[in-house]
Amino acid sequence: MRINCPICGERDRREFYYVGAAQNVARPAPDAGADVWNDYLHNRENPAGRTRDLWQHESGCAAWLVVTRDTNTHEIFSVELASKSEEATR
Amino acid sequence: MVNLIAKSPCDGLLPVTIGNVTLSERDLGRMTSVAPYKGEQKAVSAVMKDAHGVAFPSPNRMTTKGGAQALWFGQGQALLIGPDPDVSLTAKAAMTDQSDAWAVVELKGPKAADVLARLISIDLRPTEFKRGHTARCDLLHMMASVTKTGADSFQIMVFRAMAKTLVHDLTTAMESVHARVIA
Repeated sequence: MRINCPICGERDRREFYYVGAAQNVARPAPDAGADVWNDYLHNRENPAGRTRDLWQHESGCAAWLVVTRDTNTHEIFSVELASKSEEATR
Repeated sequence: MVNLIAKSPCDGLLPVTIGNVTLSERDLGRMTSVAPYKGEQKAVSAVMKDAHGVAFPSPNRMTTKGGAQALWFGQGQALLIGPDPDVSLTAKAAMTDQSDAWAVVELKGPKAADVLARLISIDLRPTEFKRGHTARCDLLHMMASVTKTGADSFQIMVFRAMAKTLVHDLTTAMESVHARVIA
């Protein structure tokens, strides 16, 4: 498995650390309320298909990345900087 | 007062020559990591260019001017090698002295790229990884900085605490490549 880092280029998967769902980036406001925070902290989708993950290019440039991939086929559709992802601007 | 004796990270381990490849230690002198604050990279680059002759490097590149080098060292981070950094940079960037933090070695020789190819998963062909190109990558299990410094020479950096492992891994690869040459 290889991930195309937007900064370093295509690299081996071993250079990357899997952090969890990309939803981690979309941190709610402090006063968003218990339900929203409960959802952010505990509830995750577990799709058979397209999913968005948060990764870090640990041994490379150290950037945080959002990877869109398919859990059935392992195909990777896109890799983007987490700071520029849709989750970061939500 | 105790008289302290400074030792380089690879003291007593290098240089080593196996076949036509030589591994030797490099003393780069002053090294300072420069991490510009948000939105300040252009201003930092201008000060670096003005004071030291080298601008903030693009990703995966190293620039050299006189006794100063600017080595790309990660997202939003560069290593200024050589000069004492201009004091005004501290207002625009997080500056950290790294002079004693890294083991720096040079791998040089006609088969240097073959040796390195056994340890890192970067495309090292001369058409892809040219002089002045650099990469942050895994060297086996170590986080490394690898830079092409000449037609057949590479600069390799790992954390100082890993100096012995680095020398071991590189010399093992040098022996393996040499064994195929003489076989």
